[in-house]
Amino acid sequence: MNNLASVHFDVDHLVKDDRVHTSLYRDPDLFALEMEKIFNHTWVWVAHESQIPEPGDFLTTYVGLQSVIVVRDSAGRIRVLLNRCRHRAATVCEQTKGRATTFVCPYHGWGYARDGELKGVPMAESYGEDLDKQALSLVPLRVDTYAGLVFASFDHSVPSLDTFLGAAKPWIDLFMKQGGGYPVGIAGEHKFRFPGNWKIQLENTTDAYHFPIVHRSFLNSLDAQASDLFSFLDGDGFVEDLGNGHSVMVMIPELVDLEAELEAPVPDRFAQLARELSQEHDNATVRRIVRAVGGSGFNVNLFPNLACSMAFFRVLRPINVAETEIRHVAIEMAGGPAAANRQRLRLHELFQGPMGFGSPDDAEAWERVQRGAQGGEDLWIMLNRDMAGGDRGNVSAETGMRAAYQMWKRMMSA
Amino acid sequence: MEADDVCVSAAISIYEAAEFLWREADLLDHRAYEDWLELWSPQGMYIVPTEYETDAFEDSLNYVFDDDQLRRQRVARLTSRYSISAASAARTVRTVSRFVAKGTSAGGLQLRAAQHLIEYRREITRTLAADLEVSLISDAGELKLARKVVRLINCDDALHGIGYLL
Repeated sequence: MNNLASVHFDVDHLVKDDRVHTSLYRDPDLFALEMEKIFNHTWVWVAHESQIPEPGDFLTTYVGLQSVIVVRDSAGRIRVLLNRCRHRAATVCEQTKGRATTFVCPYHGWGYARDGELKGVPMAESYGEDLDKQALSLVPLRVDTYAGLVFASFDHSVPSLDTFLGAAKPWIDLFMKQGGGYPVGIAGEHKFRFPGNWKIQLENTTDAYHFPIVHRSFLNSLDAQASDLFSFLDGDGFVEDLGNGHSVMVMIPELVDLEAELEAPVPDRFAQLARELSQEHDNATVRRIVRAVGGSGFNVNLFPNLACSMAFFRVLRPINVAETEIRHVAIEMAGGPAAANRQRLRLHELFQGPMGFGSPDDAEAWERVQRGAQGGEDLWIMLNRDMAGGDRGNVSAETGMRAAYQMWKRMMSA
Repeated sequence: MEADDVCVSAAISIYEAAEFLWREADLLDHRAYEDWLELWSPQGMYIVPTEYETDAFEDSLNYVFDDDQLRRQRVARLTSRYSISAASAARTVRTVSRFVAKGTSAGGLQLRAAQHLIEYRREITRTLAADLEVSLISDAGELKLARKVVRLINCDDALHGIGYLL
């Protein structure tokens, strides 16, 4: 903690109702405090259940700055374990995903079961009575799931995940309807870094205001019908504060419930897919799949690291005060028609990732924010669009950002 | 023997392929993207996968999976002046070498090559290394790209915004 407890931050001064101080993007001491007070003390998204379907299936990821293993144990229960041998600290797993019977430290061979329990210690007799294996399991995090989303927390005393997600849950349920009648699965991911603070990215999935500006070249690449769909700033969308730092930004109201309006005309860009699907599926199935294939018309932003964003999961990982890693995780209809899943892959590739038609322009804007924030030490980041809207503002309101920063203030003040 | 002679003369030599790929690299480094489009067969696929070992590109997530239409849209975006990342894209210098023929057919050559790309942007210089898997065809005596797969050696790790073509 670098004596951070002794570093005084006047959090009330740094976060106002309508603005936050520039130091939130650039102060390394503040960043270290965020990792402790926020990422070590709340629910952080770590995986989707479909990524580890069988006992022994695992993946490695991060909770804040700490490497963790997400693994399904032999009894089928999901465990999240700190990736650190209890002997001399080496990581016990450096693979990003796989299937394991045990996790063995490469340094001195301490072996851990899938549930984290310390099973094997080479030449254990040398410890005599001084080795309490039961107390030397891989450090377990608290784990809970909602709608296939796996969350973990280093703090075992945090309120339940159910309480934490609260009003966000119905929106998560709506988001999962893009399975189109099939379970939501993971189809790969784009991963990239940008030189900027993690909160710049946190803000972005609740920022419709930037879309026609930053993504003009993407909009120009679309057919007229799709371009019209994405021209949502003058529409009836909205941004709503869902509590606990979460928010929803509805950009395309007609795509909130993907199981409704199934009789709506098939969009031109999905006509070929509909024809292909109709060779093997009845009309109702085709309509359900085609309506879901483009994803939802909204982003659910879950503080601090996940956005269920239209057709994918956006996951952020803070690296340091001025470096953030972003994962755009593609969603598939697990077990669904290959043609539909190919369409989903192609849509994801079109916008997302380091060579997509959208993400590089986002990354450029975020980098410019971080670079600009090196100047004007006394200036503020303004978040006051549609303050009059209260908890529910218009589509380009900065309501979601204000919600996130109020949660930030609450956690940083605790 | 006459038939063999015809077959040999119709095949693309590794030297012709190297010259072609050097010219392609030069066009890309100097952002002559419209000219680059002319190097392609209309059926050609330009692919940058996210998984290092996969060949099932159509059913996998890629960074780039471009047919002729998407390739043209990509170039239009990069040259449109409406993309802030393309407008501030890194300068690049790339070397393509270590050409190895992997297969031949009448009028066609499949080869693998190494690509070392250095990019410079805003005080930072980076390297992007890749295996190139290229299929060339001869179309009315002119070489064309039938397929180009760029396997970045760090494709499954975090990249950064890439505002140019690989």
